[in-house]
Amino acid sequence: MRVRGLHYSFAQRAIFTGIDLDIDRGSVTAVMGPSGTGKTTLLRLLTGQLQADRGVIEVEGEDVAKLSRAGIYRMRRRMGMLFQNGALLTDLDVYENVAFPLREHTRLPERLLRHVVLAKLQAVGLRGAYRLMPAELSGGMARRVAMARAIVMDPQLLIYDEPFVGLDPISLGVVLRLIRRLNDTLGLTSIVVSHDVHDLSTVADSCYLLSGGGVIASGPPGTLATDTREDVRQFMHGLPDGPVPFHYPAPEYVEQLRQLR
Amino acid sequence: MLASLTREILQSLRVALQALGAYALFFVRLLGEVPRTLLRFGLVVEQVHNAGALSLVIIMLSGLFVGMVLGLQGFDLLERFGSEESLGSAAALGLLKELGPVVTALLFAGRAGTALASELGLMRATDQLAAMEMMAVDPVRRVVVPRFLGGVLSMPLLAAIFSLIGIFGAQLVGVQLMGVDSGQFWSQMRSAVEFGDVMEGVVKSCVFGVSCSLIAVYEGYHAVPTAEGVGRATTRTVVISSVVVLLLDYLLTAAML
Repeated sequence: MRVRGLHYSFAQRAIFTGIDLDIDRGSVTAVMGPSGTGKTTLLRLLTGQLQADRGVIEVEGEDVAKLSRAGIYRMRRRMGMLFQNGALLTDLDVYENVAFPLREHTRLPERLLRHVVLAKLQAVGLRGAYRLMPAELSGGMARRVAMARAIVMDPQLLIYDEPFVGLDPISLGVVLRLIRRLNDTLGLTSIVVSHDVHDLSTVADSCYLLSGGGVIASGPPGTLATDTREDVRQFMHGLPDGPVPFHYPAPEYVEQLRQLR
Repeated sequence: MLASLTREILQSLRVALQALGAYALFFVRLLGEVPRTLLRFGLVVEQVHNAGALSLVIIMLSGLFVGMVLGLQGFDLLERFGSEESLGSAAALGLLKELGPVVTALLFAGRAGTALASELGLMRATDQLAAMEMMAVDPVRRVVVPRFLGGVLSMPLLAAIFSLIGIFGAQLVGVQLMGVDSGQFWSQMRSAVEFGDVMEGVVKSCVFGVSCSLIAVYEGYHAVPTAEGVGRATTRTVVISSVVVLLLDYLLTAAML
């Protein structure tokens, strides 16, 4: 995947002002950045859910902007995406959620479909939970079922949107290990969007740090951790004040108190 | 003052026209997907169950009470002219031509319409529709059209059941309580009700089915993905459906008289 000079604005606010990215085949790439920098928006642009104002997004040499609706759907069949909350279909049980893409896109005999679904559930450790409904799953379990569903069509690219949000340490460790293991054993390419610097650093091959509408740093996690630039240091070490100020822009304190009176 | 009022009226008109255009485009999109959805009829049957079968109790109860009230009021009115034996035909015509389709549509908007709108709105808010898009599954084809068709098919059936139960309710009050002759009740009804009267009700309930289902799926599908947005979509579904049903009822009645 290659991104060059990506520009995107929403409601007259510039979100991206010229982003370049290179996602290598077989790698786990982390896209990090403070809240509100447009990480999820970037994923939506990469997957053709949003249209960029300017710039080029290429997936396996195909320009996403030039694809028709059918072309975008063909491209997405080679992708899997894990949403922040799992986005499981709430009226279907775990088994049917994982089987959903297969039922929609293939005409596999029921016996073969069952083999595939159970194999994917086994890969995420939830074969035993196949009859549970989404409401009966914990956050971590829902995330793992969504992972099984994302890999059920054997995609080439797997995209994770904030996969660690709200997980307890055990579930977080499981999801982290699964990201790396699925990537390596299935020969995938993975993009993980998160602001969880330390956990992500343990599984990512390379990182991109977004801020202020552009990429402010990129490279292996170790390089970013030792970067001395103020904005990179503030994010990587979680400093409360810096280029991203602690205080939201406000008028003079005394002046504001007077106004209220 | 006058200029600003004119500006506001023009602005409201523009917004209304835009909304009407968006509804029309969405309707055309749904119609385009109907043939392919009909090939997976199981999805539609499931939605006929959700929109129709699950509304049966409220429709039957309401039909019974409306029929009973009609029996009481009709008897009171007709007795003044000494023609209480016409109660059967009055109740049947009122129910088949007017009350059956209209009250069913209003109840449908309140029960099935809100359920459809909130379900689709919640699917949007919890990224289920976006997840389908990412699985290369068109949510309009897979989720919206079966629900739309489920509503469209359910409405005439529900209206027919409403009218039948209503006639039974009117008979219960008129014949059993007020003492109208049973033979007179049924024979007057048979001679007064013509095929055209039944068809008027069927046409109305079909049109109301399309409108109420379209409004519910449109509002739900386009809901702002927040708790407030889903609530607003649900409210809009009931309000818009009710007004549209009453407006269309007048237009259809005028056209078919």
